[in-house]
Amino acid sequence: MNDYQYDNQTVKGFIVSSIVWGVVGILAGVWISIQMWMPALNFAPLFTFGRLRSVHTNILAFGLVLGAIMGIFYYITMRLTKRPLVLPRLARFTLYLFNLGIALGLVTLLLGYTPSLEYAEFEWPLDIAIVILWVLFAIVIFGNILKRNEDQMYISLWYIIATVVVIAVIYIVNNLSIPAGLFKSYHLFAGANSANVQWWYGHNAVGSELTMAELAVFYYFLPKSTGLPIFSHRLSIIAFWSLVFAYLWTGSHHLIYTPLPDWIQTLGIAFSIFLIAPSWGSVVNGYYTVGEDWSKMRTNYLTKFFVLGITFYGLQTVQGPTQGLRVVSQLIHYTDWVIGHVHMGAMGWDALILTAAIYYIIPKIYNTEIYSVKAANTHFWLVLTGQLVYSITMWIAGIQQGALQKAVGPDGSLAYTMTEIIAKNYPYWKLRTLGGVIFTVGMLFFVYNVFMTIRKGEALRASRNRG
Amino acid sequence: MAGNIYRKPIIFTIVATLAILTGSIVTTFFPMLTPQMHPKLEGLKPFTAFQLAGRDIYQREGCFYCHTQTVRPLKTEVMRYGEYSKAGEFAYDHPFLWGSKRTGPDLARIGGKYPDAWHYGHFEDPRAFFAESNMPSYKFLKDNKLDPGQAESHIKALGFPYNSEEIKALNGKTEMDALVAYIQVIGRSVARKAAPIEAAKVEEKNPLAGNPKAVADGKVLYAAQCAACHGASRQGVIGPSLVDNIWIGREGDISDGSLFRIISGGTKPGMEIEERTAKGGMPPFGYQLDKKKIWSIIAFIRSTQGK
Repeated sequence: MNDYQYDNQTVKGFIVSSIVWGVVGILAGVWISIQMWMPALNFAPLFTFGRLRSVHTNILAFGLVLGAIMGIFYYITMRLTKRPLVLPRLARFTLYLFNLGIALGLVTLLLGYTPSLEYAEFEWPLDIAIVILWVLFAIVIFGNILKRNEDQMYISLWYIIATVVVIAVIYIVNNLSIPAGLFKSYHLFAGANSANVQWWYGHNAVGSELTMAELAVFYYFLPKSTGLPIFSHRLSIIAFWSLVFAYLWTGSHHLIYTPLPDWIQTLGIAFSIFLIAPSWGSVVNGYYTVGEDWSKMRTNYLTKFFVLGITFYGLQTVQGPTQGLRVVSQLIHYTDWVIGHVHMGAMGWDALILTAAIYYIIPKIYNTEIYSVKAANTHFWLVLTGQLVYSITMWIAGIQQGALQKAVGPDGSLAYTMTEIIAKNYPYWKLRTLGGVIFTVGMLFFVYNVFMTIRKGEALRASRNRG
Repeated sequence: MAGNIYRKPIIFTIVATLAILTGSIVTTFFPMLTPQMHPKLEGLKPFTAFQLAGRDIYQREGCFYCHTQTVRPLKTEVMRYGEYSKAGEFAYDHPFLWGSKRTGPDLARIGGKYPDAWHYGHFEDPRAFFAESNMPSYKFLKDNKLDPGQAESHIKALGFPYNSEEIKALNGKTEMDALVAYIQVIGRSVARKAAPIEAAKVEEKNPLAGNPKAVADGKVLYAAQCAACHGASRQGVIGPSLVDNIWIGREGDISDGSLFRIISGGTKPGMEIEERTAKGGMPPFGYQLDKKKIWSIIAFIRSTQGK
């Protein structure tokens, strides 16, 4: 076990860092949600909505999720290759580089240094650092896979490999830009082409970092936590290959009815519909796995995180392709509906799966139990409630916004001005903040629980060393 | 199934990469090589150094998180904003700023809709114009001076034409000046549509003149739609006074019909109205106000004229 101790500290370092960044990103989210109905909370120039929104999305996507994934991937890879990390010091170096990158990212976003590409908002020097980070991370992961002590690669390793490749390809291509100074660059691509590249990136950043990576986590930790084997290996093979094939066609469903050529839009819509199948392949596999013994929902506190997580994944992957349809898009595109959609995925699927994995890993590293199952259950119910309040509110608000913008009077003139429509949003925006606050309180229970477990573990380790 | 591939990580990675690249090539890489992804409207000009500096500020402040810049080819959207967006309008947009959320209105046709003074006032205090607006104040842009050296390095990087006079002229300009210059050029390569309500169908005399209900309705509509520019007591701010007897720069009244057409279709510089020449700057309201509402506003204005 001692062989793993150094690497476990790296894993723990990533998890703790990601939690700290997560708190920053979530609080930024609560802040901007209040700015939506209380503009006095904009403090120019650093803390306006226009700057804090990119802090919220990027610090959560890269600080929380990417950080958690890097740590969890190291953990999973070691177990599935049956050996400690081949390059332990390089892995530790990625932890430092990661934190430096995110810290600089936070500062530069507040200063307004951004190429204005959603979810790729860091300026070019940081992009180069992130590419280096990702290449080093890939070297560690592939090093272990090549020198593995287990012949067969388990499902999670497939998704890990796919995640590493997709992020590398899309991140490099979309960040190709013309530098115009240290803190400014312009997208290499222009107009419709720029839009097409950006949303191919934007959609597949979600597809890799927030989907494939969580599937790697799900396929590993669901059987580990419940003791139940994955229901169908064959189904996971079909789901994997059809998912990685189909995902990369669908970015253009973010650009329905824009000046992007129609055939690219239609192709994106068609493949989005197809994508329901592989997504539900994993959902069904998850349900049938737990279906072997549903009593685990009661007896094992982590099971419900995975079951509800995969449920929201299932809902998300039906809602997403539906939104891509022209008839639906024309109503809800550009409205808060889409914000509700994103947050069901992020707060419902990603947050539940990743926090469950962390609840599993941290006690394992210290060979102890979680500090409080009760706190974990409170965390679960709060984030579930918060997420539902959030997303349902935004769906209703979005439909209202879309409908009012289209409403016409008896003589065919527009019935509402934009200001009148904005005024009708305030109750929903306030309710959304309430949902966000409930979710945040739930996450603070999680943070507390993890840190108390670490404290308990450190004390245990110290007493073991003395003994 | 070829079970062996799960024991051969290198082959596995190659196959997975090919699967990933297929869709990427068809939908993203291949179209780049075709002319349909690089269209350019005739008459579209690259941004000047001044406009580009304004666009940089638009990017820096994240305006596109709340404002889209693409009008979809949908009936009500064209009514609200104007002609739908064409691919050829964006040839110089590095990157595109179409946005993904419309918390505030779309800005694809904002260029030339309002006079500069409107934007200066609105950026400084959005709620003075729309009481229920949630837009942050951007007053601080008035205090930040442009850096001509930086503006030059930016336009140079994009390879747009410029000259040293143009750069020199940026001395003393503020970030607000640049942002307004950019706002005013957005979407200008596409012609604005004509008045929405057909002029022929409009009466020359206000059918609701003196109607107390119409005057009351008009008062409410005026406060919401007109007061920001013409003043709460119609004394004139950005737009002219509506209580004096001067119309389009000359003393003497104009007809109800002309007033209707101005509110409905807006004015353009040089436009002839009852032998007067307009300076332009009045935006069209005909898409969001039906005939009854416009006549009510006119009834209200007439009721207070000269008082």
